[in-house]
Amino acid sequence: MSDLTKMTLAGARDALRKGETTSVELTGTFLKEIEGAGALNAFVHHTPEIAIEQAKSADERIARGDAPAMCGLPIGIKDLFCTKGVPSQAASAILNGFKPEYESTVSQNLFDVGAVMLGKLNMDEFAMGSSNETSVYGNAVNPWRRGADDTDLTPGGSSGGSASAVAADLCLAATGTDTGGSIRQPAAFTGITGIKPTYGRCSRWGTIAFASSLDQAGPMTKDVRDAAIMLEAMCSYDEKDSTSADLPVPNFEAMLTGDIKGKTIGIPKEYRMDGMPDEIEKLWADGTAMLKDSGAKIVDISLPHTQYALPAYYVIAPAEASSNLARYDGVRYGHRATLEAGEGITEMYEKTRAEGFGPEVQRRVMVGTYVLSAGFYDAYYNRARRVRALIKKDFDDVFAAGVDAILTPATPSSAFGIGEMKDADPVQMYMNDVFTVTVNLAGLPGIAVPTGLDSKGLPLALQLIGKPWEEGDLLNTAYALEQAAGFVAKPAKWW
Amino acid sequence: MSIDEKTAARVAKLARIKVEPEALPALAQEFTNILGFIEQLNEVDVEGVEPMTSVTPQRLKRRVDVVTDGDQPEKVLENAPDAREGFFAVPKVVE
Repeated sequence: MSDLTKMTLAGARDALRKGETTSVELTGTFLKEIEGAGALNAFVHHTPEIAIEQAKSADERIARGDAPAMCGLPIGIKDLFCTKGVPSQAASAILNGFKPEYESTVSQNLFDVGAVMLGKLNMDEFAMGSSNETSVYGNAVNPWRRGADDTDLTPGGSSGGSASAVAADLCLAATGTDTGGSIRQPAAFTGITGIKPTYGRCSRWGTIAFASSLDQAGPMTKDVRDAAIMLEAMCSYDEKDSTSADLPVPNFEAMLTGDIKGKTIGIPKEYRMDGMPDEIEKLWADGTAMLKDSGAKIVDISLPHTQYALPAYYVIAPAEASSNLARYDGVRYGHRATLEAGEGITEMYEKTRAEGFGPEVQRRVMVGTYVLSAGFYDAYYNRARRVRALIKKDFDDVFAAGVDAILTPATPSSAFGIGEMKDADPVQMYMNDVFTVTVNLAGLPGIAVPTGLDSKGLPLALQLIGKPWEEGDLLNTAYALEQAAGFVAKPAKWW
Repeated sequence: MSIDEKTAARVAKLARIKVEPEALPALAQEFTNILGFIEQLNEVDVEGVEPMTSVTPQRLKRRVDVVTDGDQPEKVLENAPDAREGFFAVPKVVE
């Protein structure tokens, strides 16, 4: 077969089951592709031995007629997931050399249904960033370029390596995680599909924690069908995560009918930001028209607390991060600073953390420390949690009024150049998450679907937000949007 | 609110992150900018609103209070920067 790497998960699954190719052949092809794609810096830890071994056993399973959902399908795993015996360092120097003695539930679930791990993928340090520039491995690069301009563009973040790898056909699909938009924004920047499920769908066990009340894993794939297949494989109830949902996981793929007649789609007026580029405005209007043409009812809705989502997020996420990242103290794993004569345990903590954490992580840990400190806890942290309750209520109210899903832009712009935001205020970088962060605060499922190209030839995406636990319905609406938009563009290979 | 260098130094100390004195002015300025952004939250009327503890109305599950795992000190210590005789080793903490 030609062009094995261009296949979808669904296409490769069917080809394997029909015996048109083998997992060993498929895996070998991807390993070669990855070797030639160093310029993208997407894969940061390569695991070819594991991949080939998993591929062989997948081929044996398929031969026995035991071919579960992802059997033999080569994927990449974000560096945030602990993978047994394989470096897992959240793109941070503080976890240099860390090799977990255990497997994260999400990666274990994928391996249980036969997935093949090609390696670990680049990301922003501890998932804190929107451009993959805070990574200890250096930034991943977007395979897309602005026409003939050879400026390196960001694949977005934090799941930038995952987005770059999927868009460049270095793997069939990849895992991502999303705390404020870290699956949806990079998916939008690279013309792929990414879904963050309802909080509690994917176990957080073994996923290196950033902000525990917001973190969710999800798939990053070439299309909506693949997102449905891989999401089902990733989800499970897990006793090891106390916030894991004890609910059955539906067959999401079976729910993709493309029929959205009679569904009600809300268009939130607060997402029409001042200074929004015309191209984004048009993309959104086009998407609205497509859903309408597919038989959906379009209604204008209001989510009045939207503008407070980013400030609430930048209290809650750093607060939780400062607590979660307290564990990196140079005692149990990772980096420990070298001490001078006479220095004690406090110097060990302070030097270890100063050397091990990059500037953005240090900044967020300190902001979190500040908002939780005596005298400020009520004014900042508790106030942010109350605003969060109001943001969730905004969504509860529109869903109660009969809205099935909400359509918004995924990002305020297309991919920007690496380093172009270097001199920007951190707050300006945070604006990348303006359309996605509300979804994390409310714990809802959200999906980014590529629907067009901008004038520079870069992909743009729309976001659909669904009701809690109704990922199947959300995926079906996304499927209808995908069919109508007919986005098929791919980046021209330059790497 | 403006964050001064003294407050920045105190926060760094609380977070156990060593910050050199010459880096404090820039750090204080960054905190001031970020906190200025966060201050918008003061515009919201939160009277009578409970701080959110969980996005899903759920009671955390309790598990049976029994030992489920253990007897693997080698694995626990495997990634330690310094381990001796079955323990994590750290600089002297008691004079």
